[in-house]
Amino acid sequence: MDRLPVRKTYKLWIGGAFVRSESGRSDTVGVFNIPRGSRKDVRDAVAAARRAAEPWAKRTAYNRGQILYRAAEALESRRAQLIAVLTDAGSDSSQAEAEVDAAVDVLLHYAGWTDKLQGVLGAINPVAAPFLSFSLPEPTGVVGVVAPDAPALLGLVAEVSPALAAGNTVVAILSESRPLAGLDLAEVLGVSDIPGGVVNLLSGRRGELVPALGAHRDLNAIVDASGEPALGTELDKLAAETIKRTSHHAAASSYELAVEDSLERLAAVTELKTAWHPVGA
Amino acid sequence: MSVEPRASIVWDYAPSPEATDHLRLSERYGLFIDGAFCEPAQARYEPTINPATEETITEVAWAGPQDVQRAIETARAAQPRWAALPDRERGKYLFRIARLIQERARELAVVETLDGGKPLRESRDVDIPLAAAHFFHYAGWADKLRYGMVARDVAALGVVGQIVPWNFPLLMAAWKLAPALACGNTAILKPAETTPLTALLLAEICQEAELPAGVVSILPGDGAVGAALVRSPGLDKIAFTGSTAVGREIQTELAGRGVELTLELGGKSANIVFEDAALDQAVEGIVNGIFFNQGHVCCAGSRLLIQESVHDELIAKLWTRMGRLRIGDPLDKNTDVGAINSAEQLERIETLVAAGEEEGATRRSVACSLPERGYWFAPTLFTEVSPAHRIAEEEIFGPVVSVLSFRTQAEAIEKANNSRYGLAAGIWTDKGAKAFEVAAALRAGVVWQNTYNHFDPTAAFGGYKESGFGREGGSAGLRPYLKVVR
Repeated sequence: MDRLPVRKTYKLWIGGAFVRSESGRSDTVGVFNIPRGSRKDVRDAVAAARRAAEPWAKRTAYNRGQILYRAAEALESRRAQLIAVLTDAGSDSSQAEAEVDAAVDVLLHYAGWTDKLQGVLGAINPVAAPFLSFSLPEPTGVVGVVAPDAPALLGLVAEVSPALAAGNTVVAILSESRPLAGLDLAEVLGVSDIPGGVVNLLSGRRGELVPALGAHRDLNAIVDASGEPALGTELDKLAAETIKRTSHHAAASSYELAVEDSLERLAAVTELKTAWHPVGA
Repeated sequence: MSVEPRASIVWDYAPSPEATDHLRLSERYGLFIDGAFCEPAQARYEPTINPATEETITEVAWAGPQDVQRAIETARAAQPRWAALPDRERGKYLFRIARLIQERARELAVVETLDGGKPLRESRDVDIPLAAAHFFHYAGWADKLRYGMVARDVAALGVVGQIVPWNFPLLMAAWKLAPALACGNTAILKPAETTPLTALLLAEICQEAELPAGVVSILPGDGAVGAALVRSPGLDKIAFTGSTAVGREIQTELAGRGVELTLELGGKSANIVFEDAALDQAVEGIVNGIFFNQGHVCCAGSRLLIQESVHDELIAKLWTRMGRLRIGDPLDKNTDVGAINSAEQLERIETLVAAGEEEGATRRSVACSLPERGYWFAPTLFTEVSPAHRIAEEEIFGPVVSVLSFRTQAEAIEKANNSRYGLAAGIWTDKGAKAFEVAAALRAGVVWQNTYNHFDPTAAFGGYKESGFGREGGSAGLRPYLKVVR
C-alpha cells in the first residue's frame, strides 16, 4: 500500500502564532481545509500588529534590512513548494516559477530600501532661523493590505514588502479564491527572523474581513490591490472615519511592476516628521 | 476702540494703532475668475465684518454652483498652456507675486488684521512675510521639479481645488497656491467665509503680475462653495486645511473617485516641559504656543504637559506672564491677543470652556476688561485636567491651555501620544540627547525643541493620524501636486 500523505491543516498567522479562526469556521480549497477568518480575527490581528509596531519601527534600518533579506532567503528555499502550490491553483509551471522568483526578488528589492529611505525622502531644511531642522520619514504604523487574487503570491509580497521596509507592521487579507500561497508564505516568514505580529495573514471572505479591517480605528493606512472598484470605494469611505491613508494599486504581475513605483509605495505608508532643534543657546 | 488699563499690567502703553487711511478697499468685491473680477451668477453679496468691532468692512460676492463650474472650465482651459510654459517663465510669475506681496505688505497686514481680528504685530511680522517667502521658495522650484521626485519624470496633476481656513488667510493661500502653480497646475482657491479679503487682494496681485487668465480663480463663500468644489467632477485634486470633521466629509465624498487629496486638519498638540528646561524661556514658548493668533492655530500647544517637580513653579510663572498679556484692539501695535475670529468660534470656545469647568478642571482666566463690541475671550488656563476631559481631548481653537502633569519621560511620551491627533509637539529641555529621543518618539508631524509655532517654507508641515495627510513646504510640498509620468 502507498504511504498515506500527512495533509496540512492551514491556519491563520496572527501575532506570530498559527491559529484557527476563533470562529471555528473553515472552507475547503482542493483537498485542504483553510480557516475562514472572522471580524474578531481581524481585530486580534490589528491588536497584535499594534503591539509589534513600536519595537519593529525602533529596530535599526540595517537590522530590518537583514531580517527582510533573511525572509527572502527563506522564500527562495521554499521555491519548489510554492511553485507546486501555484501550479495546483491553476498557473502553468513557467508562470509559477516566474512568479515565485519575482516574489523573492521583490522582497530583496525592498530589503535594500530600509536604510536608504531616509536619505531619499528626508531633508535638512535650511530654515531662516538658528535651528537644525530636518524632515525624516517614519512608519505610519499599522498597515492593512488587501491582496489580489492573481498573482496571489507576488501580488501579496509586492504590497507587504514596502510596508515592512518602511517600518510598519501589516495585517493582510489574502485572496479569497487563492489563499494557499499566502498561507504558505506565513510559514516561510514564520521561520525567518520576522518578529511575531509584524506580519499577520488572514484567509476568509473578503466581504466580511475587508470592511472590518477598513473600519478598524487603530489602523493607520490601507493598501488595496484587490482590483475591485466597489470594494475600493467602500474602503475609502471606511478609511475617512479616522483619516486613514489609502492607496489603490493594480496587482503587481511582474518584478518590474512591483518595483517601478517603489518610492511611491514606500511613501504611501510613511509619515514625514519635521524636527526643529536649537543651535546655540 | 479703547481698552481699559488692567491692574496686573505694571505700566501702560499709550495707544499705538496702525493707520488704516492708506487702504484702498473697494465697496464690494466680485469673484475672481478667468483673470478678472466678475459678478456672481446669482448676484449674492455678503458683508465681511471686523470681528473686533462687528462693523462691516466691505461686501464680497459669494460663489454659486454656476460660478464654480465656470471657474473649473477656465482653469481647465488654462492648464495646458500654463504647464507648457518654460519652467523658468512659470517661476518668474511666482517671483513677481512674491515681490508684489512684499511691496503691498503693509496694506495686506492691515487688511488681514481688520478682517480676521489677529494682532497687527502677527500679521505684519509672521503672516505676510511668510506668505511672500513661500512664493519665493516655490518660485525657485518651478524649474527644478525633477529634483522634487527623485529619479522620476513628473507632470502637473491638472486643475486643483484648494480650500483654506480663516486663521492665516493669506499665508494658507500662499501655502496652497505657490506649490500648485510651480508644478504647472491651475488652481481654484476658496478662502474662508469670514476672511476673504486678503485672498481678493492676492487676486489683484495676480493681475498686477500679469498671471495668465484662468491660472488662479478665487471663489469666496461659505462651506457650500467648498462642497460644490469637492463634488464637482472636473478637478484632479483637492487640498484642504481646516477641521477634522470637514476633512472627514471631504475624504468620504471623494471615495472611489480617484481625485488626489491632501488634508491638513485639527490638532491637540502637546507642549512638554521637562524639569531641566529653562523655565522662563519655556513660559515664553508656552505663551507663543497657545496665545499666538488667539489660539486659532491648528498646531497650537493646547495641551501643556509639565514635569511634576516644576509644575507649581511653572504655573506660577505662566500665570504671572499671562497677566501681562495685552488684549484688545488688534490694530494696536502693542496688542498681544486680538479678537476671536467670529461669533460662531467664540461660542465654540465658550462651550468647551464651560465643559472644562463642569468636568471639574480648575479654570483661571486673565481678569481684563474686554471691549464691549466684537468677539473676545480672555486668555485661560485650566489646571487639574484629567486626560479624559473634553478640554484635554478636543480642539478648542482658542486662547485656552489645558495643563497635565507627568513624572517620567516615558509617561510624557505616552500622554503626548494619547490623542487621535498628531499635528505638532513642543519639547522644552536643555538636554540635547533627551530632546532627540523624545522628538523621535512623538507621533506628530512637527516637533519643536525650545521653540514653538515656528514655520518656514523650506520645512515640511503636516500631520500624523487624524491631523491629516500630505505635507506643505519644502520638496515634500511639491509631491502632492505632481504625478509620475512613464
